[in-house]
Amino acid sequence: MSNGPDSARRRFLTGAATVVGGAGTACAAWPFASAWQPSERARAIGAPVEVDVGKLEPGARLTVKWRGKPVWIVRRTKETLESLPGLDAVVRDPASDEPQQPEYARNPHRSIKPELLVLVGLCTHLGCSPSYVRKGEGNLGADWQGGFFCPCHGSRFDYAGRVYQGVPAPTNLEVPPHQYLSETRIVIGEDEGTA
Amino acid sequence: MRSLLTGLLEWTDARFPLTKLWNEHLAHYYAPKNFNFWYFFGSLALLVLVLQIVTGIWLAMFYKPDAELAFESVEYIMRDVEWGWLIRYMHSTGASAFFIVVYLHMFRALLYGSYKAPRELLWIFGMLIYLCLMAEAFFGYLLPWGQMSYWGAQVIISLFGALPFGVGEALALWIRGDYVVSDATLSRFYALHVVGIPLVLLGLVAAHVMALHEVGSNNPDGVEIKKNKDANGIPMDGVPFHPYYTVKDLWGAGVFLVLFAIVVFYAPEFGGWFLESANFVPANPLQTPEHILPVWYFTPYYAILRAIPDKLTGVIAMFAATLIFFILPWLDRHPVKSVRYRSKLFALLLILFAVTFIVLGWLGTQPPTPGKSELGLRLGELYFAFFLMLWVYSKERTAGFSYRLFGALVVLLLIFDAIRYDEAKQGLMMLSALLPLGYFVTFLLLPVHTRLNESGVEPERVTS
Repeated sequence: MSNGPDSARRRFLTGAATVVGGAGTACAAWPFASAWQPSERARAIGAPVEVDVGKLEPGARLTVKWRGKPVWIVRRTKETLESLPGLDAVVRDPASDEPQQPEYARNPHRSIKPELLVLVGLCTHLGCSPSYVRKGEGNLGADWQGGFFCPCHGSRFDYAGRVYQGVPAPTNLEVPPHQYLSETRIVIGEDEGTA
Repeated sequence: MRSLLTGLLEWTDARFPLTKLWNEHLAHYYAPKNFNFWYFFGSLALLVLVLQIVTGIWLAMFYKPDAELAFESVEYIMRDVEWGWLIRYMHSTGASAFFIVVYLHMFRALLYGSYKAPRELLWIFGMLIYLCLMAEAFFGYLLPWGQMSYWGAQVIISLFGALPFGVGEALALWIRGDYVVSDATLSRFYALHVVGIPLVLLGLVAAHVMALHEVGSNNPDGVEIKKNKDANGIPMDGVPFHPYYTVKDLWGAGVFLVLFAIVVFYAPEFGGWFLESANFVPANPLQTPEHILPVWYFTPYYAILRAIPDKLTGVIAMFAATLIFFILPWLDRHPVKSVRYRSKLFALLLILFAVTFIVLGWLGTQPPTPGKSELGLRLGELYFAFFLMLWVYSKERTAGFSYRLFGALVVLLLIFDAIRYDEAKQGLMMLSALLPLGYFVTFLLLPVHTRLNESGVEPERVTS
């Protein structure tokens, strides 16, 4: 055995110590990163919300809070519903191909009952809450058929929450999972699939 | 008495390199003797940093990082805490002052090529400081928990949501710690704002100054003063930092503090530019304010973000616009440092970049109309074109190269415009296309046909 340093052995030991130490550091980072996930309490607050829509007038909108987000319920008028097919050519995803809604809302009016629209009121661009602008209101041009307009970056959505072409928002407004408990009672955040 | 003090100094020096540090960084640190107006901003940035730290510590004594209490605790500081209004206005004005000073400091580097070898690392440390400042400003802006705080944070965090394959949504959820911006978000932003980022920032500032004192300052002539030393090894074009520049910088600090005080006392909101009126309304998660916009120092990037009619591309362009500064030392490799001895076209390039940046900043504060979005997009193109031109101008280019590049850029422009083609905006798109076209003609074709891109010769010694 020579008295000189065994450099291959040193390199191996240094390498092994680095790998073990690195793995330990990575493991220690896990709890710190995980602490940033929504807490148990935040998840519990995400529970479903019940709404009575019996008093909602045609053309009116009701806003409720679910998971801290605004959820809109709009009772659409007959004329409004009839205007929807005419907009198929100017909206980006007319047939709701993007999975922005549960299967039961994947229809021309994007809702369970044709007149009652349920939407998460946050723009799919950067999460601002769009304004409800009826036909003839605001200054969105003469051919504005009514719907939702995002004041942040000018995205436009029709009366079914479908996004117009040529605006920053990439997809239609989200339809949250929801179901009817009775003729006028809706529960948001829960449907047959999750209940 | 004197012997007692010298004795104390000797005692200390035997245990800690006090005199050595003083000499290395101040009394025997030689800086070029031709610093001008632009060289105030480094020391001013340090001054504002100290101001922010001191006022910040005091604000933390009264502020409550809780979604229920935050807004009210800020009102409490403003109305009930003795001199609380002054401390808060100093902090909020200090944030804007920091960015004014840092933008001017960065523009100085562009003017005199201060990022070029051997100062690349110095520049990178500076850029990291700039990123930290942006993070610090963003985290701090949520704390008052007003409408603009809330929705500004919502928008910026959602930017990460643009990343594909569900990664983005998961990341945004992780940053917020909730399904929307909430108390969880507020408390973590507070921790980062008062402890996390400031610690990193201080370390980076130390690294920035150490790197500077290792390589020495650049100057308006771009001359390396260490190349001309006298018999004692002292740069002939240098003067000791102390007392020469400590006195000069103190004078600058005096002028700065006068201007700062005028804003703090007479216009702390600065017409909505430093503190936005929407932020005097408590945060309401169910209603976005009519017109939401970030504070002025982010608006150039914000204008680029929203001018692009595709979410992911817009987000990438915005981050690229910020991060591209990191590779500046490797884009601009022209041997002449200072604008004084570079070509007329280079000077024009710099001026146009400054104008582009300022106009983009203004556009970012305006409601999005088709005309303004279109202008924002074109100026965004010019913004990136500037960096391309820095690379092109790094050496002599042949006529063939210039024409081929010009052709390639025009084709790229056509492809990009074809992708975003919109019949309603046809006329607007064609008109605005003159901006990048004119830019490319000026900066790519003029060097071929005129002598406007000929550089001068750098002097051996500083000129004044």
